[in-house]
Amino acid sequence: MKTFAVGAAPHVPAQNSVRRVMGLVLLALVPGVLGHLWFFGPGIVMQIALAVGFALAIEAAMLKLRHRPLRPFLGDLSAPVTAVLFALCIPPLAPWWIAALGMLAAIGLAKHLYGGLGSNLFNPAMVGFAVVLVCFPREFTHWLPPSGLMTNADTPGFVDSLTAIFTGKLPPPWGWDVLAQATPLDTVRELSQRGETIGEIRHDPLFGDFGGRGWEWIANAYAIGGLFLLWKRVITWQTPVAVLGTVIVLSLPLWAYDPDIHPFPLQHVFSGALVLGAFFIAADPVTGCTTPRGRLIFGAGVALLTLVIRRWGAYPDGLAFAVLLMNCAAPWIDMHTRPRLYGEKVR
Amino acid sequence: MYADAPLRLHRFHGGLRLDGRKAESFPAKIHECPLPPVLSLPMHSPRDGKLQACVMAGQRVRAGEVIAVATGLAATLHAPASGEVIAVADAIQLRVAEEFDAEAILRMPPLDLASADKAQLLQRIAQAGVIGLGGAGFPTAEKLGGAHKASLLVINGAECEPWIACDDALLRAHASEVLQGAALLARAIDAPRTLIAIENQMIDAWNAVRDALAGDALPSISIVPVPTVYPTGGERQLVEVLTGKQVPRGGLPGDIGVLVHNAGTAYAVFRALVHGEALTHRIVTVTGPGIARPGNYRVAIGTPVEHLVAQAGGYTDAATRLLLGGPLMGEAQADDRVPIQKQHGCVLALRASDLRSESLALPCIRCGDCARVCPAQLQPQQLLLHWRANDLPRAENEGLFDCIECGACDLACPSGIALTQGFREAKHGIGVQRARVERADASRRRFDARNARLARDAAERAERNAERSKRSASADAVAAAIERAKARRQPPKDEAP
Repeated sequence: MKTFAVGAAPHVPAQNSVRRVMGLVLLALVPGVLGHLWFFGPGIVMQIALAVGFALAIEAAMLKLRHRPLRPFLGDLSAPVTAVLFALCIPPLAPWWIAALGMLAAIGLAKHLYGGLGSNLFNPAMVGFAVVLVCFPREFTHWLPPSGLMTNADTPGFVDSLTAIFTGKLPPPWGWDVLAQATPLDTVRELSQRGETIGEIRHDPLFGDFGGRGWEWIANAYAIGGLFLLWKRVITWQTPVAVLGTVIVLSLPLWAYDPDIHPFPLQHVFSGALVLGAFFIAADPVTGCTTPRGRLIFGAGVALLTLVIRRWGAYPDGLAFAVLLMNCAAPWIDMHTRPRLYGEKVR
Repeated sequence: MYADAPLRLHRFHGGLRLDGRKAESFPAKIHECPLPPVLSLPMHSPRDGKLQACVMAGQRVRAGEVIAVATGLAATLHAPASGEVIAVADAIQLRVAEEFDAEAILRMPPLDLASADKAQLLQRIAQAGVIGLGGAGFPTAEKLGGAHKASLLVINGAECEPWIACDDALLRAHASEVLQGAALLARAIDAPRTLIAIENQMIDAWNAVRDALAGDALPSISIVPVPTVYPTGGERQLVEVLTGKQVPRGGLPGDIGVLVHNAGTAYAVFRALVHGEALTHRIVTVTGPGIARPGNYRVAIGTPVEHLVAQAGGYTDAATRLLLGGPLMGEAQADDRVPIQKQHGCVLALRASDLRSESLALPCIRCGDCARVCPAQLQPQQLLLHWRANDLPRAENEGLFDCIECGACDLACPSGIALTQGFREAKHGIGVQRARVERADASRRRFDARNARLARDAAERAERNAERSKRSASADAVAAAIERAKARRQPPKDEAP
């Protein structure tokens, strides 16, 4: 007779891991980061490095405080994903403490105070972004113009970017007055409030074919990453399709009614963080909806709220707030959108 | 001729594409497993039925003789070999006779199949102790009897779990017998159409069945290649693949006119009806990286796994887990003295490196991959939530009992959460809770009944007392009683002698 240790079925290991999922998300962000790098200079690389560093440090500290094992949770790559998403949302030359505060709010507050990985109600990256955006609006006016739009020089180089991030001062010949420029969404907002038509506003060299010059290319890069995630089945189609589809469906009749006041649907899609949001932020499994119909509703809600905030709100791009608001509703939506079970009669 | 209208196949929700590893189980040949010195035939059935031994210790039995009769959802048990009963307790221990003529088995009297009616066929199948050999172990005659009018009989040859190859081996070796068994099953339920479902990767089995069909000319039977997606072999999933219809929630395939039987069951029915043989042997795959020489064996029911594995060259050094069944739904065994029962089609030995790690699972990230693969169309991530919140009624409402425990969600879960085990525990918890409630209800009913009885008794007593005291309280009654007493005490003077 031979004896054996017993265990519960199924006996064979899972074919997936959180680390793989998060790793694929990071991989899918590479095209977007490269686009960012191309149009806005090396600042993004430093912001990512800073944010990832702070995120891991805060994650480790919180795990320690919560008496959780470090290895499995630091290695799951969820903190770096939060950090990179946050870094992509802030101005590339934002001072270093923006990343520190953002990550403190994201990882420390939004993630770990709610119970860590999987338990957070709100998207950590968006909490971090919203906190710094609301608390330090001045720093968010320091967006750079996409390369090629500069009046007197190229984008700041590596050393100058570093100096700007760590001292808050831009070395000559640049100064914030010379360099900093409003984002396309800021411009649309400001000029349309002054009564200019969309057509007139779009004459500004800041605009490209659909959205902002440069921005629209970065959005394309995000979309490539998003399609990669769909192909790898890391995300499902419902959320991104609902976000982008709703934006187009809602803005199309308005634009058709009066194209002078209401932007072209694709201008909405290719402006701000909408594509990033559709594939990477609204599609976050933890804080989004989990049922298929719930994901459609969640995505549609994010799109609707984003448009509302863009049009009537106090901020040029409402995506972060839209996502956070829908995060509140996600558990309730899930509760009421359970799919039909096998063999169950249609209710 | 056999291929009538081409069948349009459908998809079932979810499922997993798994590495079949069938070649590692060598389904091309069926070896004969010699009888062990002692067979052990457990008295418990895989279903709710009970077995009652009808032999005593010391009694000599012949191969094919009934040794235990069934009540409820269980099937008659027969001696797989001649020998002496040495113990009857939880299991009948049968010492196999040393000189045992394998041909001299007790057969049931021949049945005239041409004239036998449905009831006779069912009775014979029940007498032969045939149960579903696919694993669930439901008595076949019960299943046939429960189907009022099936329009479709499905013979399940889709062996969806990796490594298991007993049906593959059976179909390759005995395709014609399986087909004849299928035809008899179809007759027993008047099913006008029969489909033999074979996974599209089981090429040799497919060819064998096709050749047999060409030879036997059974026009109502066709073979259908079904996609190799786990768990296509699940009854409800197979029904959906073949018909596009789902078995109603809480119902049976018979509700939509379909009856599914395993290929091994069809073979056993053939042996029972045509040869009068009871179900005493089955084909078992002995396989896995923990087995020295994997293969398929014809095994007497009651053979200890230990003996069977020895035929397959024993264990490799790395063998760390022993399973009866496949890697996803198989049951881990603490030792290898357990006997093969009718429902066991596979003995699988795995190495530590094949197993899921017992280490810390990460928290659920609500990715919904489990829901995507769930063939029952559940939302396991939500069930997990309700279960952890101890909200079992909610979990039940959301389909906890619709879980078929296929294990697909566990394999899809990036956090490595043991979902299936959790759901098993939750089901068990609800079962225990329900039993407790039932017990409490029963004792409350008893208590209420007792109180009512006591109250009734007290009321009756009070009434009687009242009656009596009323009688005794009335003056006439007292006077009458005194008169009666006086009359007894003083004999009438006049009549004195």
